[in-house]
Amino acid sequence: MIRGLIAALGLLALWQGFVLLTGVPPFLLPSPLRVAEAFVARWDIILGHAAVTLAEILAGLVLGSALGASMALLLSAWPAGRRWLLPVMLTAQAVPVFAIAPLLTLWFGFGMASKVVMATLIIFFPVAAAFYDGLRRTETGFLDLAATMGARPAATLLRVQLPAALPALASGLRVAAAVAPIGAVVGEWVGASAGLGYLMLHANGRSQADLMFAALFVLVLIALALWFATDRLLRLALPWQADTLAHGDRHP
Amino acid sequence: MPAKGTVSVLPVAPDVRISLPAGLALGGRPVLGCFDLHVPGGRVTAILGPSGSGKSTLLRLAAGLLPVPAGATVAAGDGAALAGRVAWMAQSDLLFPWRSVLRNVVLGAELRGEQPDLARARLLLAEVGLAGREGALPAALSGGMRQRVALARTLMENRPVVLMDEPFSAVDAPTRHRLQDLAARLLAGRTVLLVTHDPLEALRLADRILVLRGAPATPEQVAVPHGPTPRPARDPALLETQGALLERLAEAVA
Repeated sequence: MIRGLIAALGLLALWQGFVLLTGVPPFLLPSPLRVAEAFVARWDIILGHAAVTLAEILAGLVLGSALGASMALLLSAWPAGRRWLLPVMLTAQAVPVFAIAPLLTLWFGFGMASKVVMATLIIFFPVAAAFYDGLRRTETGFLDLAATMGARPAATLLRVQLPAALPALASGLRVAAAVAPIGAVVGEWVGASAGLGYLMLHANGRSQADLMFAALFVLVLIALALWFATDRLLRLALPWQADTLAHGDRHP
Repeated sequence: MPAKGTVSVLPVAPDVRISLPAGLALGGRPVLGCFDLHVPGGRVTAILGPSGSGKSTLLRLAAGLLPVPAGATVAAGDGAALAGRVAWMAQSDLLFPWRSVLRNVVLGAELRGEQPDLARARLLLAEVGLAGREGALPAALSGGMRQRVALARTLMENRPVVLMDEPFSAVDAPTRHRLQDLAARLLAGRTVLLVTHDPLEALRLADRILVLRGAPATPEQVAVPHGPTPRPARDPALLETQGALLERLAEAVA
């Protein structure tokens, strides 16, 4: 954490030095100080837009994760349906979400709905794929044990395969937390009346690079906070999951 | 030989017959030859053999984890079905890492949708020397302790037939020795089919020893030392038999 802060401060100092030395005009590359001034002057506007984007991201995260996890459960519980659903899912994933963003705006309007759908779509696949993979890879010994104990298929799915797949689901959710802001912001670029993506596009069009950087900075903070909060929650929820890397971090 | 104490009320332990008139092939490769195996009820029968000799296949067949080939029989000697009367203990402890020790012991009841008898599970954990560790997660236990939890889980099922697949091969020798004593005491009176590659383990625990040899493999009976199980490891008769048995196993590989 402290190392991260020092690295960030070092980068900011480099940036400030570069701008001072080269004299780049501020509409091309504003100095960090100028960006900070823009943030202080316009913070109410920036935070208002940030709240919209954050709401879109969170709604997309909840919806996308719920749908993705349900799809994975459906795929593993229903072998006959799997043969139909799996190709459909893979084909759907092959369609670039960015390419259909204008369509989503057309169908769901300029408001938050189209961005939530966008974020949901981008989150759905990593969650469904990771969780389904986890459900498929249950240790065979666990399944053998359950079979000799006379477990019904539903009990095997819910009490053996599902808990065993939770670490895989957690990996999917971490990816989802990382890509969720992309979905929301791309949706806002294509057509919106509010949100950080809209604000950045707007500021860019008026050569207000300092405002654009301030908005970008807030977006990065949201993305980081979201990832760390997700990671922390998942660690608390799965205390039994062996985390060999964490030990290395504590004793470098 | 009733099981110790009030922890388990033992159902009558039946004989088990495994008859393979045409052998058994897995994926087109013959693994087990033609034989008719009779496992006496209430006794420990050990199956010895080198790795890859088909020991585990035979045990999985008895556990109902492999489809019984046409014409073959896997049945209890008393005529009733074997399904539902078998408990299985594998080489790895197969403890679910997300369940506490106590919840691992009552796993079978929960998987069948029955009300678990927590009081009995606590008694069994005390029997295997793990009183006070009921709430621990498996990751917090040593290998020997984990295997004792697995033993308690096997006993919790309270089945007359117990199938064990190299149950103590993953722990160190002194721990294995103690686990064998514990298992011999707690499994007394049940029909036990014990697969192992350790001649000493078979000689200490078994009333009857079969060596799987040949390709496809068939069982051959070998003599066991006299005396009640668990036999002491320093018993001269046992040590002498162990040497002969080791040589016989080495032949089986060659």
